[in-house]
Amino acid sequence: MLYSILCYESEALAAGRTKQEDDAMMVRIRNVQQKLKVEGKLGPVARLMPTTTATHIRAGKDPMVVDGPFAETKEQLLGFYVLDCPSLEEAIEAAKDLAREKPHGTLEIRPIAVFNAVGPSK
Amino acid sequence: MSDMAWIDATLTAARPQVLGALLRYFRVLDAAEDAFQEACLRALKTWPVKGPPRDPAAWLIFVGRNFALDELRRRSKQTELPADEDMGTDEPEDTQTELAERLDASHYRDDILRLLFVCCHPELPASQQVALALRIVSGLTVKEIAHAFLVSESAMEQRITRAKARITAADVPFDTPGPPERAARLSAVSTMIYLLFNEGYSASGGNAHVRVPLCEEAIRLSRLLLRLFPSEAEIMGLNALLLIQHARASARLDADNNIVLLEDQDRSLWDRGLIAEGLALVEKALRHHRPGPYQVQAAIAAVHAQAASAAQTDWAEIDRLYQILEVLQPSPVVTLNRAVAVSKLSGPAEALAMIEPLAAKLSGYFYFWGLKGALLTQLNRAEDARTAFDKAISLANTAAEAAHIRLHLDRLQKDSAPNQTVT
Repeated sequence: MLYSILCYESEALAAGRTKQEDDAMMVRIRNVQQKLKVEGKLGPVARLMPTTTATHIRAGKDPMVVDGPFAETKEQLLGFYVLDCPSLEEAIEAAKDLAREKPHGTLEIRPIAVFNAVGPSK
Repeated sequence: MSDMAWIDATLTAARPQVLGALLRYFRVLDAAEDAFQEACLRALKTWPVKGPPRDPAAWLIFVGRNFALDELRRRSKQTELPADEDMGTDEPEDTQTELAERLDASHYRDDILRLLFVCCHPELPASQQVALALRIVSGLTVKEIAHAFLVSESAMEQRITRAKARITAADVPFDTPGPPERAARLSAVSTMIYLLFNEGYSASGGNAHVRVPLCEEAIRLSRLLLRLFPSEAEIMGLNALLLIQHARASARLDADNNIVLLEDQDRSLWDRGLIAEGLALVEKALRHHRPGPYQVQAAIAAVHAQAASAAQTDWAEIDRLYQILEVLQPSPVVTLNRAVAVSKLSGPAEALAMIEPLAAKLSGYFYFWGLKGALLTQLNRAEDARTAFDKAISLANTAAEAAHIRLHLDRLQKDSAPNQTVT
């Protein structure tokens, strides 16, 4: 079975960490990732940019593009894509194509800060 | 993070929201600050024992408000109290999520805005705005702010007290301003953040040429502002500009604290994460087709950040962007900066001709004489260059600036030495 693990944290708190604290934490996290990798369990890993870089798109026949992150708590996270586009404009076009095929919901575009594309070995 | 470090970070992160809410209740900065202080003390006592609350900000607002109300009751039974919203007992239970959500959703934005607007009140001079924002919004101690601005603690204390007195005297309306007023005040807040960053980026005195904490605080405030106004292209531009400029921080001074010019910087020291974030914001802002000075400056910084080496810089694009900036925000300093691009594109003579008419307006500006000296050097006019560099040294703001110009002078000296070996 493939599982996703989604990471939640207060953005203000995360941004408040000093570079040293953050680096130290990442070293510890990478050790865990390494163990999972050796076990053949690790798939792609991504660290997202802050929500200030986000854009979201309301689904429907005529999708609406809105700046900022998706903040509605009455809808739940049901899936995600990773796209490789040369510009935000193209990412938005792709998301609009997807949004037009859905009657409800929201697609949030968030640039990826760090991406490790290792796939699980089985 | 240890427990205490976590609590400390949480209190700092919650501060603008909590203080903003308390200011809504009490309408007096000092009262709101006292209430916040007390709430923090109780958090330090309670949280390590009971564990952190689900919504720390709501907890702090609740406790701070009750403390201040008790104070008011204690001082005068006759005082008319703010309407009680039936908030229950002394400390909220974590299960009171309804309370937390109500505080969050309805007031978050207005509370923080009110706080920022109060600090950036038009009656306050810029230096007081910046100091007050650092004290009130960021929660730096007076000592820290005094240290950052290289003034004595008592002088800074006085500056902040005076700012608060002015606000009280001006009878600042604490209601959220309407749209036109809001736009004007928003631009004042942006300016304050920009000044704060510049103070850190190019310190206005003393030995430290770069003061990283001020830059980081400015970035934190610009992110906060962008979260409040997610569709404002200029705030995206401001945030992007600060991120990209700050990305170069560790390459701007060498081990001996000498200034390293952009073209000589070790680009591997640039923080690629900050640059990527800045570029993402520039791109997002440009989609709005509402250009403004911060966006254009961010775009210029982005062109530099994307060049693999100084030689590969797209000077034509930089020249084009500065021309836009000259239209949006005409200023001799902008023209001076464009002259650098022109010198790369068309040579030093053309650039010199461009900056000479600026002399009257910029004769007291360090960078004007620095650039003039550099252009004259390129034109082999050593004597004139020396005069310009001497003038620059006399205007240097920091030791590093003066040392950098002295380097130019030394080079001129060497070049004109009679027994110089030509290689």
